[in-house]
Amino acid sequence: MLADQDRIFTNLYGMGDCTLAGARKRGHWDGTAELIKKGKDWIITQVKESGLRGRGGAGFPTGLKWSFMPRNSDGRPHYLVVNADESEPGTCKDREIMRHDPHTLIEGCLIAGFAMNSNVGYIYIRGEYIREKELLQVAIDEAYDAGLLGGNACNSGWDFDLYLHHGAGAYICGEETALLESLEGKKGMPRMKPPFPAGSGLYGCPTTVNNVESIAVVPTILRRGATWFASFGRENNTGTKIFAISGHVNSPCVVEETMSISLRELIDKHCDGVRGGWDNLKAVIPGGASVPLLPKSLCDDAIMDFDWLRDHQSGLGTAAVIVMDQSTDIIKAIWRLSKFYKHESCGQCTPCREGAGWMMRVMDRFVSGKADIEEIDTLLQITKQVEGHTICALGDAAAWPVQGLIRHFRNEIEDRILQEKISV
Amino acid sequence: MLRRFHHTQPDSFEFSEENLKWAREQIAKYPEGRQVSAIIPLLWRAQEQEGWLTKPATEYVANMLGMARIRAYEVATFYFMFQLQPIGSIAHIQVCGTTSCMICGAEDLISVCKERIASIPHQLSPCERFSWEEVECLGACANAPMIQIGKDYYEDLSRESFESLLDDLFANRKPIPGSRKGRFSSEPQTGVKCLAEYENGKAKFSPAVSLARIEGDQ
Repeated sequence: MLADQDRIFTNLYGMGDCTLAGARKRGHWDGTAELIKKGKDWIITQVKESGLRGRGGAGFPTGLKWSFMPRNSDGRPHYLVVNADESEPGTCKDREIMRHDPHTLIEGCLIAGFAMNSNVGYIYIRGEYIREKELLQVAIDEAYDAGLLGGNACNSGWDFDLYLHHGAGAYICGEETALLESLEGKKGMPRMKPPFPAGSGLYGCPTTVNNVESIAVVPTILRRGATWFASFGRENNTGTKIFAISGHVNSPCVVEETMSISLRELIDKHCDGVRGGWDNLKAVIPGGASVPLLPKSLCDDAIMDFDWLRDHQSGLGTAAVIVMDQSTDIIKAIWRLSKFYKHESCGQCTPCREGAGWMMRVMDRFVSGKADIEEIDTLLQITKQVEGHTICALGDAAAWPVQGLIRHFRNEIEDRILQEKISV
Repeated sequence: MLRRFHHTQPDSFEFSEENLKWAREQIAKYPEGRQVSAIIPLLWRAQEQEGWLTKPATEYVANMLGMARIRAYEVATFYFMFQLQPIGSIAHIQVCGTTSCMICGAEDLISVCKERIASIPHQLSPCERFSWEEVECLGACANAPMIQIGKDYYEDLSRESFESLLDDLFANRKPIPGSRKGRFSSEPQTGVKCLAEYENGKAKFSPAVSLARIEGDQ
């Protein structure tokens, strides 16, 4: 188990003091000005060397993303935007940072903002997180009052303003360009790329959008060193990571652990095991709703990192682990995700707008068994026609869970259809 | 998804003095000429003031931000948190129904809503004090199943604990938000397995629940 002294989020459960004074006692905001004075190149190099990959789902190297920002301004301001629109079903990790350890995020914003020549940052929090928004705003106000934000922030010589902005219940706004549209006061419909946000993002200015956790770990990485962070996990999958485990475990929880921990250790050590024992496990969705599920046979050896899960046709995503035991109606569980994607499709691209509805309606009939066996392949074909044919990845995300279900549980769908035919 | 304004609308809308001041502060967060960025927070505040988002309120905010009304209608109808019809005066109960909550019993909570409030979502109860809807993932999956009422999350529910929560609401008592299984926040129910040094010094309620209690004067 990750030792407490190696945890970045030492107030994950909010049992300690959440105020600035409490955060300082736990080591945050320590020597921030000195870190900034080491310069932009040093910061970006450290983040690159730490191996930090974006914690919002795609796992893109954070340091590399930062280096895409223009080195010098052409007169346009640069923006840092923090994606706090945590809406991927199963995911509830950034919530704990924002309501319990908000100063990790605020300090990270100042450092990241400086590294990318940005004097203004916006945090876009999902609208439903109202208490989290209030608690984070209290922390931002505290930081302003203490001179950690604003002109000459934290005596670093850098001016940095940080604003909290909220959405109003649209999953699609977690997609970075939809988020920017929403932040500009429009419907959250994703933009075509290129231009990428680093060239033309918020208000047409160079912008970097990062997940909350990606930003919040940076100050600790800089203080303790890139090699410290890189010492956790396997190569190319380094660091500590917040996991959120929900569903059929004895004690669901949110916990920070080392990357590349085995799924079984994560569930047994932190969640008191699967309900009814490991052998009662049916399947796990390892990284939030959009990644294909893993059947028990793969769960036995599963390693929770980007590369292992990708190699086994799934993904780490947001590290939101949804555990399902033998009592689960797996077809219905995935049908509910299809319903989710149908509800959340923004409607801009035809394959997603129509396809998400088709997928849900075929899945409706698979749940009841009122379908034909041939329709399993029809459904698979629909998922292939949606996947890769849309502006953003929501179409892919709608297709993958269904593909995972058919890949691993085709028998179960067939059985249900046959059972229904027999009973009729 | 097609969403329309309610068929019956009030004649007008105006921010209260306090909300108007707040709105001006929000607009100042964005660069000159980009005040349209403030539309979601302003519409949300209008909804908080009236209980639901009316067409006059949407137009009022559009005027305030100097934008075409159609652009404001687009935003109002796109985002699901904007309630485009009246909701229960005491509570609008939003039950999370997505997979983590569903496999932990959200369907039981929905059937309780159907029995005790209204047979279909977004319909007022006979006393007009309650309404409900099923919402998509609210991001509290380690505390499933859960509901949101107003600003607060009520977590780790069961049919029984949800029934007793409703009993409180029906009797005009505001229930305490947070876990119904005695959890502080998202730690394992059997006790923390890490960061144990903070456990003894913890407050009675988590920061979010404490905020709700201060506001509710409990």
